[in-house]
Amino acid sequence: MATINKTTVTPTPTSTVETENKTTAQSSTSTADAAMVYATTLMVGTFLGILFTKSEVVRWQRINDMFLFQDSHLYLIIGSAVAVAMLGMFIIRKYKASDIYGQPIRYTPKPFQKGVILGGTTFGAGWAIAGACPGTIYAQLGSGVGLACFTGAGALAGMYLYALTKPHLPH
Amino acid sequence: MTDFILQPWPWWFSGPLIGSAVPLLYLLAGKGFGVSTSLQQLGALCSPGSKLAYLKNYDRRQGAWTLVLALGIAIGGFTGSHWLSAEPIEFLPARFFGVWGAIKLFIGGILIGFGARYAGGCTSGHAITGLANLNPPSLVATIFFFVGGLGVTWGLGHILF
Repeated sequence: MATINKTTVTPTPTSTVETENKTTAQSSTSTADAAMVYATTLMVGTFLGILFTKSEVVRWQRINDMFLFQDSHLYLIIGSAVAVAMLGMFIIRKYKASDIYGQPIRYTPKPFQKGVILGGTTFGAGWAIAGACPGTIYAQLGSGVGLACFTGAGALAGMYLYALTKPHLPH
Repeated sequence: MTDFILQPWPWWFSGPLIGSAVPLLYLLAGKGFGVSTSLQQLGALCSPGSKLAYLKNYDRRQGAWTLVLALGIAIGGFTGSHWLSAEPIEFLPARFFGVWGAIKLFIGGILIGFGARYAGGCTSGHAITGLANLNPPSLVATIFFFVGGLGVTWGLGHILF
């Protein structure tokens, strides 16, 4: 997209028309890009939902067994997922890969603040009690698990609680 | 083959595929994998007139994709449990079916939503994407996810479960 703008240098009337045409073309492609982003996001989401369900990380018992050290299943899933994701990101960085829209891929690092410790511990407690994390709540809801509505409603209430108390919490 | 698909998938199959979603989402959508931002997105959408800075200053348009990801996960959940499983999946133990079970799930949910947003991410954003990108705060977050989870399971497990 940036290259299109660079090509129009001479300010003749024809080139102005050309620029206008190109601008409209550009805006229509970016709408197409936006639609494409949603389509691919939906695809990756569906892929993940199937994996969450079929790997059984959606099961309360699997989470409990992980915290009780009775089952290595989840540790191996998280470990191998991190390893593969790390390898993928290493390759992306090494070859300075762009996404399919031509934009450079950049990881935005999550900053350190006290919430990483305090919120992290709170999240872990919820993970153990409800046997779910945000991703698997959506998978449970989609699978038609009625009780997951309570977990989901709780998660939303927790988010509101954070929105409300954020100015008073240590960060 | 069909049998393999319809049974629960082993870790060596599902783990690496879950991990591959991180670079895939970057390549195909230009987005970093993380699920809990969708909660903030939902909050911002459901309360458009909110005076809370956390919701008021949130860019709903920029974050719309997080709900699309959540919708995809839900569709995948349906697909996995209804079409790709030979037997019904036991999502929750039978003892959760009751008032006390629902209350526990709601309380757990509150801790999940509050904690994930306070920490700036959950298992996906911190533990998977953050660690994969060698982000030190994400390692701290992941350690404390386990501090909280192990603490509750071993400290309060006999009361709660």
